[in-house]
Amino acid sequence: MKKAILTASAAVLALAASAGYAAARDQVQIAGSSTVLPYAKIVAESFGETFTEFKTPVVESGGSGAGIKEFCKGVGENTIDIANSSRKMKEDELKSCVDAGVKEVQEVKIGYDGIVFATDIKGPDWALTPADLYKALAAQLVVDGKLVANPNTKWNQVNPALPDWDIAAYIPGEKHGTREVFEEKLMAAGCDKEAVKAAGVGEKEVTKACVAVRKDGKAVDIDGDYTETLARIDSNKTGVGVFGLSFYENNADKLKVATVSGVTPSTETIASGEYPVSRPLFFYVKKAHLGVVPGLKEYVEFFLDDQMVGPEGPLAEYGLVAAPDGERQEQRDAFTAGKSM
Amino acid sequence: MTDAAIGSLPIASAPPRRDIGLRRRYAAERRFRWYGLAAISVGLIFLVVMLASIIGKGYTSFLQTSILLPITFDAQVIDPQDRRDTDPSVLVKANYPQLARDALAQKLGIALDDKPQIAALRGFVSDGVRTQLRDMVVADPSLIGTTRDVWVLAGANLDSAFKGQIDLEVAEGNRKVSDRQIGWMDQLRAEGAMAGKFNTGLFTYGASSRPETSGMGVAIIGSLYMMAIVLLLALPIGVAASIYLEEFAKKTRLTDIIEVNINNLAAVPSIVFGLLGLAVFINFLGLPRSAALVGGLVLTLMTLPTIIIATRAALAAVPPSIRSAALGLGASKTQTVFQHVLPLATPGILTGTIIGLARALGETAPLLLIGMVAFVADYPKTPLDPATALPVQIYMWANEAERAFVERMSGAIIILLVFLMAMNITAIVLRRRFERRW
Repeated sequence: MKKAILTASAAVLALAASAGYAAARDQVQIAGSSTVLPYAKIVAESFGETFTEFKTPVVESGGSGAGIKEFCKGVGENTIDIANSSRKMKEDELKSCVDAGVKEVQEVKIGYDGIVFATDIKGPDWALTPADLYKALAAQLVVDGKLVANPNTKWNQVNPALPDWDIAAYIPGEKHGTREVFEEKLMAAGCDKEAVKAAGVGEKEVTKACVAVRKDGKAVDIDGDYTETLARIDSNKTGVGVFGLSFYENNADKLKVATVSGVTPSTETIASGEYPVSRPLFFYVKKAHLGVVPGLKEYVEFFLDDQMVGPEGPLAEYGLVAAPDGERQEQRDAFTAGKSM
Repeated sequence: MTDAAIGSLPIASAPPRRDIGLRRRYAAERRFRWYGLAAISVGLIFLVVMLASIIGKGYTSFLQTSILLPITFDAQVIDPQDRRDTDPSVLVKANYPQLARDALAQKLGIALDDKPQIAALRGFVSDGVRTQLRDMVVADPSLIGTTRDVWVLAGANLDSAFKGQIDLEVAEGNRKVSDRQIGWMDQLRAEGAMAGKFNTGLFTYGASSRPETSGMGVAIIGSLYMMAIVLLLALPIGVAASIYLEEFAKKTRLTDIIEVNINNLAAVPSIVFGLLGLAVFINFLGLPRSAALVGGLVLTLMTLPTIIIATRAALAAVPPSIRSAALGLGASKTQTVFQHVLPLATPGILTGTIIGLARALGETAPLLLIGMVAFVADYPKTPLDPATALPVQIYMWANEAERAFVERMSGAIIILLVFLMAMNITAIVLRRRFERRW
């Protein structure tokens, strides 16, 4: 017994110490955005079931930024092949990629994701505008030409059409890709920049002042995922939460969705661009790994096939807003042509 | 004091009553007992609430709704061009979900050309039938052309509805099952063709985007690999280190520093070990990402201090007389340690090891950084293949949007708790059985 343990320990140690483990990896490895994760999972699973000669790709979550960081570590067996991202790769991220030897990165846009506001199912109907949200959630407002701390405490002070509820909004925390969309498409859009400027804020500071969210507890940053937001709404029936469209659609028996600028969010209104709060979703492919890691090229092609990413496919059923026909074809052509960033 | 001395005390005059605060001291004791009881009750209440909520949400996950369908393995659907003798891949790529759909339509009395009704069947049977029926046909191609009764999984939403987890009061458009599907469900239930079956899939399936075909198989294997690695590495290293420190090393400034460091390491947050694992095992040694081997190594580092501390305590508890006796009889120092001290310390060492393992089993944070918080569908054949772990699977399911994953998450927690309880009970039994008091 003792001898067996010793021998086995020695074996494990030897295995661990074999620096530069070099058996060829036969499985695609993917990491990144938790928004893209469910879609990547669906594709990975179908891929494994359809192409029995390849293993099912491994998909890690962890956020767009973390995924891109792993992706940009370099080229080789123990670096990932694909980074999922709920935003475009930034300039400096691409630069760090190139510096680490990841010279060619192929960008693939898979479709769009909409962000919706929702309240408890039993509440009244909500019709929001970016201006309402700005007035309810901004850190400072312009009152009589001066910037003061946001005085609004109830939704009907912001807009008489809204209910007499204490302001309690559960919005994505700052590490989320969603937060950027929230700031850009709602806070900045609802903010009267001229008035803020007139109140004595410098040219460069205006956008920053516009997107600053109040910190007095009326707007709560949710650093977890939508499940946490849903739990908050469950316990505070007069709260308003921010959700992804697909999450809302999966929980439509618990949540009531608000219109933004009079448009009800749906795959149709997002695809047409009518609904204002949406963002494109991407993944990035390491070109140097194409043809080296078995199944990588096939996986990307399978992902971009209309039976996956098309408006009738399983991703759309889960909540992805499919890109228009021409755009999907463009993505396929760009990938086949090997166009890199 | 002797009896005579007591007897000779003067009895007549009772000693003057001294106030020794008897009443106050009794009251203090009573109060303390109440505090203690209150503390225990608070702890117990929280435990009961937690267990009740987990078990209440999770017990349903051990039953999975299945439908009994007479499936006709129609050659026209599986292999319309009759090429299976020359090209076996036809059997792999065939449209198996259609077989299940047709069988279901037949069972419910729906004509196959009734398009709207057929469309409403969508999601009634899990898409997992594709692999289920495919595996049956690939294993035995002679099934083609025959009809078999097969229990297939119901779709996740139907499963939730069957278990009464979907509020049917809500407007039809706002829920994932239609009134028509509910009607069919009741019809099948009345016929006995739809029932909850024990959910073996929960233990055998890998990760999946479909709740009904997702299970903890990969996570259980990954956790077992990691526990084996931790046991094989941490136990010998930890025991060797403690024996040396406790029995051989001289007390110097250096050993003091080592001791302080070991105690510190035991309190380091586990995520730090994850960072270390990423830097050393993956980036420097080039071990594969997401592999159970790396997870096991990281958890070994995390468990080592616990084992060293427990082992040292167990060694120190062996009375010096044992050592002196052995040395007095002419045993060498090594013989003394290995033939007398170590066997007596074994129960304590094993208890410490099992508790360390139990802690390692429940760790998620360090695994996040080495890529084990991942969607892994294929079984890991070796510790070098990508795998996940039990608590990771719980975390992944907690993040899912579908309702059916909530009960699976609670079910997974129950399984993890059972594992932990088994380990802790083993530790207690070992201690009871072999512990010697001096």
